[in-house]
Amino acid sequence: MTDTVDLSSAEPIMRIDEATGNKIFSFERNGETLEFIIGSSPEGTDVWQRVPYEADDYGSVADYRTDFDHADPAYNPSAPEVWKELREGGCPVAHSDRYGGMWVPLTNDTVNEIAYDTDNFTSRSVVVSVGRPGDRALPAPIGGAPPITSDPPFHNIARRLLLPAFAPKMIEPWEPEIQRLCQKLLDEMGDIAPGESVIDAAVQYAQNIPVNVIGRMLGFPEKDEELFRQFVHDVLERIAEEPGTREGTDDLGLYIQQQIAEHRENPRDDLTSYLMNVELDGNKLDDEVVAGMVILLLVAGIDTTWSAIGSSLWHLAQHPEDHQRLLDDPEVMTFALEEFLRAYAPVTMARLVAKDNDFHGCPMKKDDWVLLPFPAANRDPKKFEDPDSFIVDREENRHAAFGLGIHRCLGSNLARLELKVAIEEFIKRFPRFELAGDVRWSVGQIRGPRELPVRILEVAE
Amino acid sequence: MRVHLDAEKCQGHNRCYALAPEIFDVDDYGQAMLLVEGDVPAELQDKARLAAANCPEYAITITENG
Ligand code: HEM
Ligand code: SF4
Repeated sequence: MTDTVDLSSAEPIMRIDEATGNKIFSFERNGETLEFIIGSSPEGTDVWQRVPYEADDYGSVADYRTDFDHADPAYNPSAPEVWKELREGGCPVAHSDRYGGMWVPLTNDTVNEIAYDTDNFTSRSVVVSVGRPGDRALPAPIGGAPPITSDPPFHNIARRLLLPAFAPKMIEPWEPEIQRLCQKLLDEMGDIAPGESVIDAAVQYAQNIPVNVIGRMLGFPEKDEELFRQFVHDVLERIAEEPGTREGTDDLGLYIQQQIAEHRENPRDDLTSYLMNVELDGNKLDDEVVAGMVILLLVAGIDTTWSAIGSSLWHLAQHPEDHQRLLDDPEVMTFALEEFLRAYAPVTMARLVAKDNDFHGCPMKKDDWVLLPFPAANRDPKKFEDPDSFIVDREENRHAAFGLGIHRCLGSNLARLELKVAIEEFIKRFPRFELAGDVRWSVGQIRGPRELPVRILEVAE
Repeated sequence: MRVHLDAEKCQGHNRCYALAPEIFDVDDYGQAMLLVEGDVPAELQDKARLAAANCPEYAITITENG
């Protein structure tokens, strides 16, 4: 850990902010007061400030150098070509006036530099949108969803609460359960006629794996699987909408509150009980904070992992030679897994410029957005040999799919296990399959297939 | 050959532990720890190099002693 923090301090003080109704917890630490805000963030307060941007005024992107937009529906289907064209055209950092101003580093060096520079680039908001947190309401270093929205030194406090639950030795034992959940989804596809049946590997398979897995880890009843999945997917769809719009999050929030209450009556060894018992400065977390952490895990862990699984199956549907290699030589999975993650990294993050700075000649202004495309860094020829080729047994692979520096994906051990098992179970059941139509790609910072029709050519006995 | 782990740089990606569990362990927070003190036995040297070549944070360095 880079910053060790003294956790011993006085009890937190709670007050209600009159303007917003938000609960504000204050901590004294190392002589500094830290504030931790909980509550809805209604629009019109200074929690969210609408940026002057109307998508309709801009239309679709003509030149990514000067008008970059990752939310253009044409972007995700062809993102690797966009990065390559810009890099080869001598544009290491693109710009856009959209969203009130946004910079986009495209090389490995520039992405690294920003990821490691938490002084000049804050994580207070990691999703580019038409709203930004105001100065007063979401003070750095905490942000709305710690630790992902936190900066040092608070970041480490929030992160250490969650880390033990996702350490390798806690995650490894989940392998058989994840296998079972994947097999169940394959069984539910019903009778498959080889050479004829077309299934949607995104909708019927990839999409459901991470939500089912986290539901089991949280100790939510398996009979609620369908319901829970629906609540979560409703919320994920609304994330892209304007901040402050909270419809649809209520069902999920209520459900999680019920589960917390149920766990209070019947404590057991699962992630929900873990979060309820974890201590911050000697105090257990408020139920709302527990619920907030659960929602963070859902938001950070679901469409990310589902996208990685979908892209990997999309690759295999078009590359029978890689598929065959995995069947013949299962050991190669160690390397293949990392190559799927490198080549099809699903997650682009964002930062806000914390203070005016000159970044390699780019005049960055406080509160400008910076998109942080780890997937672009993963295809930089300065870092990777032959970056646009998928090399199933690539041996040296320091990819950045899970980010770099202090925000390294907290769920990376779980995500890797899910991706590995999901691919293994799918190719075991269907030793041959091919693409059977057009892929529909997601729109926005998480890149992956949302519809992925594949024709099954062979079913294992 | 010696392996050096920079605990300040390590962010717990756990690539080293996955690739060379004989040389690296992880603690409860997912931070890497070195299991080998001093010279790396000959049969583990390739694994040590592989782990170093896959650490995204460049936290592992190797010194070859002739
Ligand atoms: C293939 C799947 C996944 C990918 C590619 C991915 C990628 C990432 C990336 C790039 C970050 C860095 C954020 C930043 O720099 O701002 C991150 C952070 C995070 N991820 Fe993941 N993620 C995946 C799955 C998961 C899962 C399954 C979980 C949990 C159940 C999870 C939980 C988190 C959390 C809590 C953070 C914030 C960590 C912090 O700020 O300290 N992720 N993820
Ligand atoms: S691979 Fe690197 S960052 Fe990851 S645990 Fe090992 S030393 Fe740490």
